[in-house]
Amino acid sequence: MATRGRFRPTWRGLGHGAIIAVFTILLGFPFYWMLITSFKQTGDLYDLEHNPFILNDKPTLEHLRFLFFETRFVRWLLNTLVVGVFVVGITLTLALPAAYALARLTGRWGQRLGIGIFLTYLIPPTLLFIPLSRVVALLGLQDTIWALVVVYPSFTVPFSIWLLMGFFKAIPKELEDAAMVDGLTRFGVFAKLVVPMSLSGILTVVIFTFTLVTQEFVYALTFISPESNQMLGVGVPTFLVRGDVYYWGSLMGACLIATIPIAFLYNMFLDRFISGFTVGAVK
Amino acid sequence: MTTGVERAAVKGQDRGYLLGAAMFAPAALYILLIIGVPFAMAFMYAFSDVTVGSEGMSFVGFDNFASILESPTFRKSLENSIIFTLASQALVLVGSTMLALALNKPFRGRKLVRFVLLLPWVAPISLGAIGWKWMLDSLYSVINWVLIHLHLVKEFDPPMWLGEPKLAMLSVILVHSWRLLPFSTVIILAGLTAIPKDIPEAAEVDGAGFWRTLFEITIPMMRPILNVALLFGIIFTFTDMTVVYVLTAGGPFDSTQVLPSYAFTTGILSGDLAQGAAVSLFLVPLLAAVAYGMLRVAARSEVV
Repeated sequence: MATRGRFRPTWRGLGHGAIIAVFTILLGFPFYWMLITSFKQTGDLYDLEHNPFILNDKPTLEHLRFLFFETRFVRWLLNTLVVGVFVVGITLTLALPAAYALARLTGRWGQRLGIGIFLTYLIPPTLLFIPLSRVVALLGLQDTIWALVVVYPSFTVPFSIWLLMGFFKAIPKELEDAAMVDGLTRFGVFAKLVVPMSLSGILTVVIFTFTLVTQEFVYALTFISPESNQMLGVGVPTFLVRGDVYYWGSLMGACLIATIPIAFLYNMFLDRFISGFTVGAVK
Repeated sequence: MTTGVERAAVKGQDRGYLLGAAMFAPAALYILLIIGVPFAMAFMYAFSDVTVGSEGMSFVGFDNFASILESPTFRKSLENSIIFTLASQALVLVGSTMLALALNKPFRGRKLVRFVLLLPWVAPISLGAIGWKWMLDSLYSVINWVLIHLHLVKEFDPPMWLGEPKLAMLSVILVHSWRLLPFSTVIILAGLTAIPKDIPEAAEVDGAGFWRTLFEITIPMMRPILNVALLFGIIFTFTDMTVVYVLTAGGPFDSTQVLPSYAFTTGILSGDLAQGAAVSLFLVPLLAAVAYGMLRVAARSEVV
């Protein structure tokens, strides 16, 4: 039954293959286009007689050289990294104890608060950015990356609490009770037993936080204007366009460089991220 | 021994609440300060005359709402936001259901395909959008190159994807759907693995046929997860301004302006915080509806 028609082309098999092929091309082509653009010589790029899908001339590293040495790209990368590290630190500090409290210590209330936390990640930046721009100015953080370090945990903390709650609930209660009988305090159980046992959950939070920091656009655009203090997501589309001139080769190189590492990390942790979004509709 | 465990557990319960509150408080305080307070401020601003430069502010009642409701740009933005959300959600829901059903069967190279399919979602939104801006370029668009070589459009009059109002709106919708499709697909895929495979199979063996099984058995069983994908999709679409901002900046002639991008233009670029806040408040009714929907889903799956 199971192997019937496995090596025979069937209409359904063809349909299946066609759907996969069409979607892979639709979703993946822009990245092929970025790749080939970033290595094309400028003459090749703007010659309408050339077949645009292939390299007609020798590949060039000129666009990448320009990107790394004549723009602030490296600075934007570093800014993004620094903000990422700080936001990860703040997120873990706030979310780990909060998630444990909701999972174990607050009973019926914990579940209600958990749902409340879940609902806060439905409140979008585009609703908060106007008042927050005032708050950031009052704190004297305008035009610095510290504005983002303060604000970004607002979307990473709720999601991380929700994710970690799931991890903590999966730890057998008996294990924690036994550790308490052996003399650990409740907080000791959390710090010495639960946290080390949840390393994969913590790693998921770290990766997810980094991804969100790299992807964020609205807050960085609103709070920061100087070129050298910018983040990757705003710096690249804003400052690699000078007047009417788009540095397409360098722009596409920058897009790829920012995307590929995140893509690998995201793929490794995909199933865990998804569990944070399914609202219990999948068990 | 057992009594010891029980006693420890009971003692833990008593002190648990206090410790729980202490452990939850820092996160709660932060969320209150950075989400709760600005959320309240957004309402306050919308009824005031605050601007970027102003020191204090006075309350002006519904003046801001009265003036934005009269603005043609606002009405266009509201209309565009609704079209943008409906059209891209329809595309994404149909596309991701098809794709998830196809991916649910094992085949060779599935891991690689999954990697490629996820790229639009993991790429920073603004950078994915700038990639499309290059593909939709007025002179060097690769899409136009193909269309010209297939003789579908005239060489000297190719479509200006981002330069003509209707085409620009279409482009914005397509690019946003492109980005959201992978997210929706993986959510639906996660839901599919929870559906017992033998029910649709049994239906087909009983002669229900492929399409009837799909529409009368498989899709109804997918309902809860489709709801989740749709609710998140609505939030990510209705409140997003990145794709619009990068591709068209709301133009040409405000033809692709949506509520969030209009709020940004008014509130931040022109510095009229009060009007900008008033515009962004029009996001709230839909957000409330989505929150209600999420609670229903959560209640039905007994999370609450």
